[in-house]
Amino acid sequence: MASIDYPLEHPKIHPREFSFSETLYAWVATVDHKRLGLMYIVSALIFLVIAGIMASVMRIQLAVPNNHFVDPDTFNRLFTMHGTTMVFLVGMPIVAGLSNYLVPLMIGARDMAFPRLNAFGFWIFLFGGLLLYYSYIGGSGLSGAGSAPDVGWFAYAPLTEKAFSRGASSDFWALGVMVSGFGSIASAINVIATTISLRCPGMTLSRMPVFVWVMLVDAWLILVALPPLSAAQIMLLLDRSLGANFFNTQAGGSAVLWQHFFWIFGHPEVYILIFPAFGTLSEIIPIFSRKPIFGRPAMVGAVVAIGFISLGVWAHHMFAVGMTSWSNTFFAASSMLVGVPTGIKIFNWTATMYGGKLRFATPMLFCCGFLLQFLVAGLTGIMLAVAPFDWQLHDSYFVVAHFHFTLIGGLVFGVFAGLYYWFPKATGRMLSEKLGKWHFWLFCIGFNMTFIPLHFAGMLGMPRRIYTYAAGRGWESWNMIASIGVIFQAAGILFFVWNVIQSLRFGERAGDDPWDAWTLEWATTSPPPEYNFEKLPVVRSSRPLWDLKHPQDPDWKFE
Amino acid sequence: MIVHALAALLQTQVPGLPEHRVANIFKPLASPAQSEYEIAVFVIAITTVIFVVVGGLIVFTIVRFRRRPSDDTRQEPPQVYGSNQIEVAWTVIPILIVFVLIGVTARITAGVQNASPPASTVKVTVIGHQWWWEVVYPDFGLTTANEIHVPASPDGKTATYLTLRSMDVIHSFWVPQLSGKTDLIPNRDNFLWIDPKEAGIYLGNCAEYCGTQHANMLLRVIAHPPGDFEKWMAEQQKPAEQNPQMTEAKAMFESLSCINCHTVKGTPAVGKFGPDLTHLMSRETIGAGVLTNTAENLRNWINDPQVAKPGCYMPSMKLTDQELGQVVSYLESLK
Repeated sequence: MASIDYPLEHPKIHPREFSFSETLYAWVATVDHKRLGLMYIVSALIFLVIAGIMASVMRIQLAVPNNHFVDPDTFNRLFTMHGTTMVFLVGMPIVAGLSNYLVPLMIGARDMAFPRLNAFGFWIFLFGGLLLYYSYIGGSGLSGAGSAPDVGWFAYAPLTEKAFSRGASSDFWALGVMVSGFGSIASAINVIATTISLRCPGMTLSRMPVFVWVMLVDAWLILVALPPLSAAQIMLLLDRSLGANFFNTQAGGSAVLWQHFFWIFGHPEVYILIFPAFGTLSEIIPIFSRKPIFGRPAMVGAVVAIGFISLGVWAHHMFAVGMTSWSNTFFAASSMLVGVPTGIKIFNWTATMYGGKLRFATPMLFCCGFLLQFLVAGLTGIMLAVAPFDWQLHDSYFVVAHFHFTLIGGLVFGVFAGLYYWFPKATGRMLSEKLGKWHFWLFCIGFNMTFIPLHFAGMLGMPRRIYTYAAGRGWESWNMIASIGVIFQAAGILFFVWNVIQSLRFGERAGDDPWDAWTLEWATTSPPPEYNFEKLPVVRSSRPLWDLKHPQDPDWKFE
Repeated sequence: MIVHALAALLQTQVPGLPEHRVANIFKPLASPAQSEYEIAVFVIAITTVIFVVVGGLIVFTIVRFRRRPSDDTRQEPPQVYGSNQIEVAWTVIPILIVFVLIGVTARITAGVQNASPPASTVKVTVIGHQWWWEVVYPDFGLTTANEIHVPASPDGKTATYLTLRSMDVIHSFWVPQLSGKTDLIPNRDNFLWIDPKEAGIYLGNCAEYCGTQHANMLLRVIAHPPGDFEKWMAEQQKPAEQNPQMTEAKAMFESLSCINCHTVKGTPAVGKFGPDLTHLMSRETIGAGVLTNTAENLRNWINDPQVAKPGCYMPSMKLTDQELGQVVSYLESLK
């Protein structure tokens, strides 16, 4: 096949020793999409550990009734910072990091479309995160009240107004999150421009890997959803510093207005967060099933559909604010409709596995965990979409359990799958399978042990965000089991950290293509050179490396 | 004398009501909670079937198609790219399920929200404060706090209509066995109605995060058996107890800044910032449910509320032992 032209001859690289300052300079000043992607992912993992420690402290406090492990203000800061960190400083940089690292490699490009904007995006995100955390030192402001924000991650007005939130903590929340959001917007623009204009010859949109499709839709969602949040945060800052009264109910402002602004960002946001996991699964399941993704057009269509529908469901977070029964029904209906394309995705992943030869390496184990846990999350999501049922479940521990099933059982499992899968590409070394399996099983058991019981606590009337509770209300045993589960989760994470440290130095050499995969990132060296491909590849199907490995039976004959 | 005897009788009767401490949403005891329970069971049944079918399929696939040691690793399985028929099937079936769910949701939502309550209703306005509930009976000119007394409605004929407001930030009214939650939002009136089927004490919580002491903003709805609600109301409408033995203690209370925040009807204490204390001793709890209303708890609470409820807006007044004793004995006279 003369037209298939791959850079099979890799350029020889002779690395020389760099001094510490040279290395530091190379990382700080880099505009390379791979280094920026890695920096995004490493910062996200560091923030993940910080947020996990916060969660563990909260679980210690709630393990038994009437506990005095932390005081109420500390607890309220913990859940605010835990939620804000997980959403804006873990989930968002994971989106940016994975798409930065993988999109150019998968579409056969040498870099992102705007490399310097890319670097700006990363540093402004990191600055926003540090600004938020600086509130622990500077948040008390001149009036000496409070330190870190304690208003919850969705910072409902008027609790954030000057009258109820003194000091500067809410200003740090608004500014830190807004500034880190600028980074996400920059990265989204970059992903869109890159996928539109830098695809290699032959890479039509219909041949683009599903991961890239998902990240493209994700970038559009970020671009549409994040500005309303930034606008609302600017309005909040105007309220607090310049005497505007958008959300100041004591001067006739509207508390419900903030909720509309926040959730018109906030609901698309949960899809923004879960999409990277959708992307990694769509790449990993085919490779470990040895079959192409089942129903490619349906998978892409489902992601686009989720993107559109998710923009019209926001008020299902507001069933309890007293909207009319017509509004409640509309938002219940639109929320349930999201279940249809989400279901299509789960069915297609299962169908991809059906009839395959499944190999349960660690990435695949995490994918299987994702499928079952995300199924539970989707079904509890249907329960929450039913407005009358939601009047009971809303703001209870059932909701906490539900969204942790989506964001840990779903997103974090999907991200771990991706990390185990692409670690060899990024570092040139395999992660240990043995430690990886310990990580998976401990984390899976711990996660389910923590979050299954919390559904029941919520059904017994336990509201979220309480720092303590009295004995005798039926919540003790559920909370105790949940807290014990944290020990297993933490142990799992320790195995992961140890695995990364060990494998970076002693891991088995990966070679270019350790998983016998089919997308372009596996056609270059591990780690890839700065320019990714010596010669731009030319593709003729959605599985270019399959074509290369099976010249008698290439995909392009069927597509 | 008769009044005192009646009061004593009430004192013994109210704690005698069964207390529903475990607020299980699957044990509804009022109409709105009952409707919500019914749709909950319906939705759980559907989602359980989906879970068993889809989850079973995933597990089956994982087990059945795992690679076995005997497999030839060089041999790839048949490459299947998809099937339009199958895609249509698993798009249309979920759409049908969703349409059924939407229909049921629309009916129950309208049913609960637009239901006309029974003819004879008691109107109650509940006003959320950081971290307690003001309870106003506009038709009776009565203001009390934290414990909402309503008539039970075993025959479904007496309901209580709640108007929900907030003085400061957003709170949420949630007594799971009576009704799902509705928020209390500043500058806005929300409504809720309940008709407890059984006399008893129903526990609930503020369900919208509202600041430091969100956790200890507890709700108690006390549903009286038929006829008892009127007796309770008659007691509450009386002015504060005037016990001649308490003159000195009363003077002490009125000389302190307690009266800037609290009201004791018929006395110079007319503060509005904290709970009305006119019939304090008729309540079962203090501090919005954080402590039971015993002599010892009351004394400790007044000495320093920040111990039981750190961060609440009632300060420690730094009273001397003598002042504390007099204030407590005066409050204990407010039957």
